[in-house]
Amino acid sequence: MTSESGFFGRLSWDALPITGLIQDPNANEIVANAAAGIVIVGALAVVGLLTWFRLWGPLWRDWLTSADHKKIGIMYIVFAIVMLARGVLEGVVMRAQQAAGPGDGFLEAEHFAELFSTHGTIMIFFVAVPFVFGVANYVIPLMIGARDVAFPVMNQISLGLTVSSGMMLMVSLVVGEFSTGGWTAYPPYTGAAFNPGVGPDYWIWAIVVSGIGTTLTGINFAVTIYKLRAPGMTFMRLPMYCWTIICSSILIVFAMPPLGVAALLLAADRYLDFHFFTNDLGGNMMNYANLFWLFGHPEVYLLVLPAYGIYSEIFATFSAKRLYGYTSLVIATMSIAVLSFTVWLHHFFTMGQSALINAVFGIATMLIAIPTGVKVYDWMATLWRGRIRFSVPMLYGLAFLMLFVIGGLSGVILANPTIDYQVHNTLFLVAHFHNVLLPGVLFGLLAAYNYWFPKAFGFRLHEGWGRVTVALWTVGFMLTFMPLYFVGLMGMPRRSFSWEDPSFHPYMIVAVIGALVITAALFSVLVQLWVSIRNRDKTRVPVGDPWDARTLEWSIPAPPPPYNFAIIPQVTDRDNFAAAKERGAAYPAPDAYEDIEMPRNTGIGIILCVASGIWMFALVWWIWWLAALMTVVMILAFILWTFDTSTEITIPAEEVQREHEAWLALVRSESAVDRDHETAPKNRGLARPDMEAVT
Amino acid sequence: MTTNRTSLATNVVLAALGILVASTHMAGASDSFMDPQGPIAAVQKTHLLRATALILIAVVPVLVLVPLIALRYRRRKGGNAAYRPDWDFSARLEMLMWGVPVAIVAILSFYLWKTTYRLDPYSAPFGDEPAVQVQVVGLDWKWLFIYPDLGIATVGELGIPTKQQIAMTLTTDTVMQSFMIPALVGQIYAMPGMTTKLHLVADQPEVMQGENTQYNGRGFTKQKFETLAMSPDDFETWVNKVRQGGIVLDAETYKTLAMRTDRDEVQAALGTPEMPDRALYFKLDDGDLFHTILHRYHGGKALTLDQQPGTVAYGQEVDQ
Repeated sequence: MTSESGFFGRLSWDALPITGLIQDPNANEIVANAAAGIVIVGALAVVGLLTWFRLWGPLWRDWLTSADHKKIGIMYIVFAIVMLARGVLEGVVMRAQQAAGPGDGFLEAEHFAELFSTHGTIMIFFVAVPFVFGVANYVIPLMIGARDVAFPVMNQISLGLTVSSGMMLMVSLVVGEFSTGGWTAYPPYTGAAFNPGVGPDYWIWAIVVSGIGTTLTGINFAVTIYKLRAPGMTFMRLPMYCWTIICSSILIVFAMPPLGVAALLLAADRYLDFHFFTNDLGGNMMNYANLFWLFGHPEVYLLVLPAYGIYSEIFATFSAKRLYGYTSLVIATMSIAVLSFTVWLHHFFTMGQSALINAVFGIATMLIAIPTGVKVYDWMATLWRGRIRFSVPMLYGLAFLMLFVIGGLSGVILANPTIDYQVHNTLFLVAHFHNVLLPGVLFGLLAAYNYWFPKAFGFRLHEGWGRVTVALWTVGFMLTFMPLYFVGLMGMPRRSFSWEDPSFHPYMIVAVIGALVITAALFSVLVQLWVSIRNRDKTRVPVGDPWDARTLEWSIPAPPPPYNFAIIPQVTDRDNFAAAKERGAAYPAPDAYEDIEMPRNTGIGIILCVASGIWMFALVWWIWWLAALMTVVMILAFILWTFDTSTEITIPAEEVQREHEAWLALVRSESAVDRDHETAPKNRGLARPDMEAVT
Repeated sequence: MTTNRTSLATNVVLAALGILVASTHMAGASDSFMDPQGPIAAVQKTHLLRATALILIAVVPVLVLVPLIALRYRRRKGGNAAYRPDWDFSARLEMLMWGVPVAIVAILSFYLWKTTYRLDPYSAPFGDEPAVQVQVVGLDWKWLFIYPDLGIATVGELGIPTKQQIAMTLTTDTVMQSFMIPALVGQIYAMPGMTTKLHLVADQPEVMQGENTQYNGRGFTKQKFETLAMSPDDFETWVNKVRQGGIVLDAETYKTLAMRTDRDEVQAALGTPEMPDRALYFKLDDGDLFHTILHRYHGGKALTLDQQPGTVAYGQEVDQ
């Protein structure tokens, strides 16, 4: 370690990209500066708008200090979509670079390497994870009949740590550079000897701190579902989505620690001259690969299982049917969760271990295809003999079914060590994991966004723009990633900033066109939101059940009151709300109301968010005094917060009664609509049993 | 080789991959296992097609049935399609849903086990006596091929005789890399201070591209080389050519070779008129060069940056 010991550590004006632009203006520097410029202008615009509309007060009172799971969920999703925009744009720049071949393109190798490193890190840790847990935050307590998560303040802290880590990736665009070692950050390439700069340090701290946030989230949701289910909601009456979140939470609790450990050991190598993963003195990068993937494989399942849960809810609702094979799906979900810990070695079949080990892990990997296949067939059986409505979430679901099996096909192919020797580290692999992460995770999350949006905001999203968005995502995905399977089979390594083989060219061109279609899809998501907000008076659903849906969250107003349920429901069925509607017992008027205690606002989450952000920045740039100061600030803030014993506010029974009875009166005054008018203004969220009698 | 059903499906897959195979042929030299030039890549290709066909048994019904079900049971007034909102279980269907994937995975596992053993890169499936031993050293950003028994070494060109087993031992003298000649054999990681092994055979004379697939910096995409499979006689001629045109690979030359340079840069630094334009030829000075490199990392002492190839400071005579 060299000895920069100035007041600002190793931070100097050279860290700003504008310095590079002034010294040597070229396409590479222009792209780098444009990216930095977007971050700065974006940040200034947000600050400016908040000031102009005098929103700092409401932002602080209603959002940043709120411990309400619904608001935390929405903030997670907003954060995820902002990061998604960056991740998509990076993907487009990378596809453009490769389409500009054969030859060197317009970016420098190291800049391209930063792009694929940030793209992967962002999409996994700061899009998929926060989006998955944003949706879970919003939906899970409502689904199980609870008023909040088990640990509302811890929930707020999780969000704070995730956001501060994500901000490190934004800061790295403007100050210094990000890692060039990919999202997996394999040493020794990311070690101090080969990469002495700040890049890997940005990666390490973003991963460690967001990892702590995610672990806390996992604990929170496991406990919430174990302990806060409404009376009568036994495990086998849990909505499928809750099951997937339990499994996902278990995966988080067991899988995140190895990642944190791997990243901290790498930090010890880089900061303290340790030799865990160095070339010399007995360091061994194979240990890193094992630790990383011991996390990394469960990670993909902790992302995709919740998507499976979302699809399960959507297929049932929009087929107007019970979910087929509930028990099978529960067993399949749990099997996947357990098996996902037994397959990590398939990420490095090529590291030189024996045929026995490779064969065992290969077969273990293929075993996961069994429960996954069962799930796909269960969903098809759910559609069968249903009354399928091609609403936006269902369209995502159908696209998912068709495309995901292709990803499954390539996944089982990759499970064969024999074939993996050939396609590992090629674009075939890139095509595979995008094939499971886009139609699997992202489509699921967008479906969830369309499905639960009216619950959260009280009005439906625009159906037409929603369908356009589905079409753009589907076409964009296929154009971008199907060609990559082929160039992968043709031997093109992933992370290639340049290439020479002319036969790659047509595939690269198609892929960049696909990337532009995906950009249009992202834009279309925003247009849909804009149009929907403008037309919101025609799409309000105050009664709360716009889709004739089946689970508890639809039995309350949209948007729900802060306390969710005026009276905690008594659960008697698996699809409790659907069963109540069938019996004509939905919307009961309770006999008596009680005071409700809800968590009081607290600033601890935002304090830890800001302090941990500064702490990470200080560590990256070796500003030791600042790192020490922030450590003290965080510990003190936490200790002081524990002295605050008035952590709850009481909502008086009269207020609950007044609000609830007003809503019940609204329910009684609205006319129920059947599914013909699902997207019409007259759908105010009161559903009528559908069409003629059962045939 | 398999049942009639799978060979039928194999044909379907072959047809589907027809365009792909055609396009790889257009590339001239063979750079993909879809156009295999040796028995290992050939088995890999066969296994890919067989596995694809088997998996399609489970995938095709989804691709066919999802649109059909969606169409048949779409909601419409006056439709006569059945509607069973409370139907949520069928024991027979369950058996089918679990049984078919289990059966497919069982068959696949059998083949997986068999081929994984058969193609184990460490085993020597084509006889215990390799015709040629090659020691491969990954450097930033080129591959060094040492032929210890022949007293020669090359960069950018891997000469091998056809129809004979080549036994490779691999390491790197920098970060981790991954070595692959797609038309002949799949990849294996090469790691500093450690060795991995790879065995291969080429069927006929052919030029095939080899590469590193693990990103390792600025010269990554140029870290390619040509594998020249030659008849045994031509191979002997080639070895003599390397011997005659080669410069001595002493410590000083190795230092230049191991610097952070791509193929063109190192060619400019070390190439002579006796060598091809895009390859370097060496005579071995230290017959045990490979182990000298390997033991760099087992000295029990920390390496300073100027002793570690692949760092910016290497060979720069900078004090740490």
